[in-house]
Amino acid sequence: MASTFSRMLMGRRTAMLLASLGTGALATGYLMSDVNHAAVIDRTKLFPPSSDYPDLRKHNNCMASHLTPAIYCRLRDKLTPSGWSLDQCIQTGVDNPGHPFIKTVGMVAGDEESYEIFSDIFDAVIKERHNGYDPRTMKHHTDLDSSKVTHGQFDERYVLSSRVRTGRSIRGLSLPPACTRAERREVERVATMALSGLKGDLAGRYYRLTEMTEQEQQRLIDDHFLFDKPVSPLLTCAGMARDWPDARGIWHNFDKTFLIWINEEDHTRVISMEKGGNMKRVFERFCRGLKEVEKLIQERGWEFMWNERLGYILTCPSNLGTGLRAGVHVRLPHLSKDPRFNKILDNLRLQKRGTGGVDTAAVGDVFDISNLDRIGRSEVELVQLVIDGVNYLIDCEKRLEKSQDIKVPPPVSQFRK
Amino acid sequence: MPFSNTHNATKMKFTADQELPDLSKHNNHMAKVLTREMYAKLREKQTTSGFTLDDIIQTGVDNPGHPFIMTVGCVAGDEETYEVFKDLLDPVIQDRHGGYKPTDKHKTDLNPDNLKGGDDLDPNYVLSSRVRTGRSIRGFCLPPHCSRGERRAIEKLAVEGLGALDGDLKGKYYALKNMTEEEQQQLIDDHFLFDKPVSPLLLASGMGRDWPDARGIWHNDNKTFLVWINEEDHLRVISMQKGGNMKEVFKRFCTGLTKIESLFKTKGHEFMWNEHLGYILTCPSNLGTGLRGGVHVKLPHLSKHEKFGEALKKLRLQKRGTGGVDTAAVGGIFDISNADRLGFSEVELVQMVVDGVKLLIEMEKRLEKGQSIDDLMPAQK
Repeated sequence: MASTFSRMLMGRRTAMLLASLGTGALATGYLMSDVNHAAVIDRTKLFPPSSDYPDLRKHNNCMASHLTPAIYCRLRDKLTPSGWSLDQCIQTGVDNPGHPFIKTVGMVAGDEESYEIFSDIFDAVIKERHNGYDPRTMKHHTDLDSSKVTHGQFDERYVLSSRVRTGRSIRGLSLPPACTRAERREVERVATMALSGLKGDLAGRYYRLTEMTEQEQQRLIDDHFLFDKPVSPLLTCAGMARDWPDARGIWHNFDKTFLIWINEEDHTRVISMEKGGNMKRVFERFCRGLKEVEKLIQERGWEFMWNERLGYILTCPSNLGTGLRAGVHVRLPHLSKDPRFNKILDNLRLQKRGTGGVDTAAVGDVFDISNLDRIGRSEVELVQLVIDGVNYLIDCEKRLEKSQDIKVPPPVSQFRK
Repeated sequence: MPFSNTHNATKMKFTADQELPDLSKHNNHMAKVLTREMYAKLREKQTTSGFTLDDIIQTGVDNPGHPFIMTVGCVAGDEETYEVFKDLLDPVIQDRHGGYKPTDKHKTDLNPDNLKGGDDLDPNYVLSSRVRTGRSIRGFCLPPHCSRGERRAIEKLAVEGLGALDGDLKGKYYALKNMTEEEQQQLIDDHFLFDKPVSPLLLASGMGRDWPDARGIWHNDNKTFLVWINEEDHLRVISMQKGGNMKEVFKRFCTGLTKIESLFKTKGHEFMWNEHLGYILTCPSNLGTGLRGGVHVKLPHLSKHEKFGEALKKLRLQKRGTGGVDTAAVGGIFDISNADRLGFSEVELVQMVVDGVKLLIEMEKRLEKGQSIDDLMPAQK
């Protein structure tokens, strides 16, 4: 094998000669025990990085904005310990040029190490996506003490529902774009074993996608509990839909107020929700549930991916830090028609979406209002920001109902001081 | 280049049983053949370029198939795939290609003079005639596996080779990424251009990566000879024209292919070919000749007849809608083509189409007059 190996290193002519010999010399192929990453990398020497540099001239995503030929050349031949490459990180952004108005991220991580090994590009993308959070100089603070949150009960004539979501990754296992079937099944096993230990109002049940009936599945979709079969090219081009629906499922408590998605876009997505405006209770359950699950996996020697540079590590750079989106469905018929609406949201560091979630339109003056930021502020801080902001919006709505004037609030500071 | 996690680096830390795909709800050739033992044996291997078992089968794992249509469920990433993974691919090939054995030899015949007749298919019924095949350039990885650099190199070689064609084959290259939306739509409407990949069968195998980089279409000025570059194969070669003169279509096809092959040879390149599998292409279903020769033909009466399917089967023909594979027929017009690819030569397959379509038209004419077609039913070819 060593001689075959050194033949490979001799260049293009040799590769073609080998190929045209038919495969007599190579009929048994290479056993993994004989070959390491070098075999794969050597092929790439036939084509220098410049020949592989993607054509991003028509692209509008964060990756394309920052991936210079120099960075690409430096990083192309590097691999994470599990064998994940830069090309695999950026494939989704190459395949999906983006939209002139919506700037997508355009790259994903395959494992925790991706963020380190490819930090030259990830750090720049993170900084742009998170409005200036610089992972090289700043630290992210985690705080899941829900008792610190105040004024978390909204006027239910306006707020129809409240929800907090985040994600968690299990350290030591590859992320959805990169995981093998065995790793994905291991994520499912570790997560469901932990969840089965939850008690009281958190006690619940797991529904594995491969074993769900079509009726159960439709019921869960209609309840807004279940995730879609992946059709978005942003997801499929990143390899997250491989082997669907193997090792995917949803766990929820019997009250249907605490839900976990397993192996969709992240190892786990954790959601606390209920009808009405009791955000404080939603957040309290969220924190309690997360801490319980963490304790349960730690008892078995596992932990979540986290570091103080990036907070909780998730597949998409846009979800780093807290990975938290706290939001409400709120009726704002007057305010939404006021020309100052968007500015008010901007200053409050809130984001509006339609009630179908990201990329949908509002229906009947009901908006999904949530925090814009994910990193650089703790969970407690972000939820407080949403509470204060939504209360302000409701106040504006009430004033406009009475034909009183409203004020655009001063901008809330972005990062903790 | 590996995409997603089809490479083996992490996988080998787990047992075969832990990694084994769940194919219990699957209905494709790969799922029928891949046993637990075979998976365990083959998962350690990879070709020189790093193509692995999971690379091969990912599309079949992700697309369980259809209860009535049997898809192949696996693809090759390079020429070596068919050797290194023959334990899997030989039975798939045997199943797909009517019992073709690992020891069988395939005959190539691209001499158009060997075709008898074919210049007189009734134009009142036959609207157009077409022959297509594919070719792969030896030494490069196939579309599921090639890197951007390789794909661009393939494009460059192909365009250089085609640029040297002259006479009625002289033509021009349209790179997909330089084409205007209008040019692109025109080519689609003319049935010349390939689709942006939306089929999950294609996408799950990685063939859609980096679209539309290094993809394009070359065609001659007459628009009767077309080459698709870097779609499902390195090259797809198509000869077509309106009307029923299949002989002329096939002659141009053979002439063009032979010329392209010799042009490549002058540049030190050749096509992937061996005497067992014939021309090597990405999908095992296209091995051998890779040839699909067919017509768009009006058969409104015959297509409603209960013996239509049987007649096609006996003639070794296949029907499709006029949009190509997986489409329905419109207005009684069918795409009728050879069902086989491997184990018969190009001439033999086109002969089957020519003779078969002639017979189908005769049947149609009988049914128009309200007459029986029982005496026309053919024996199994």
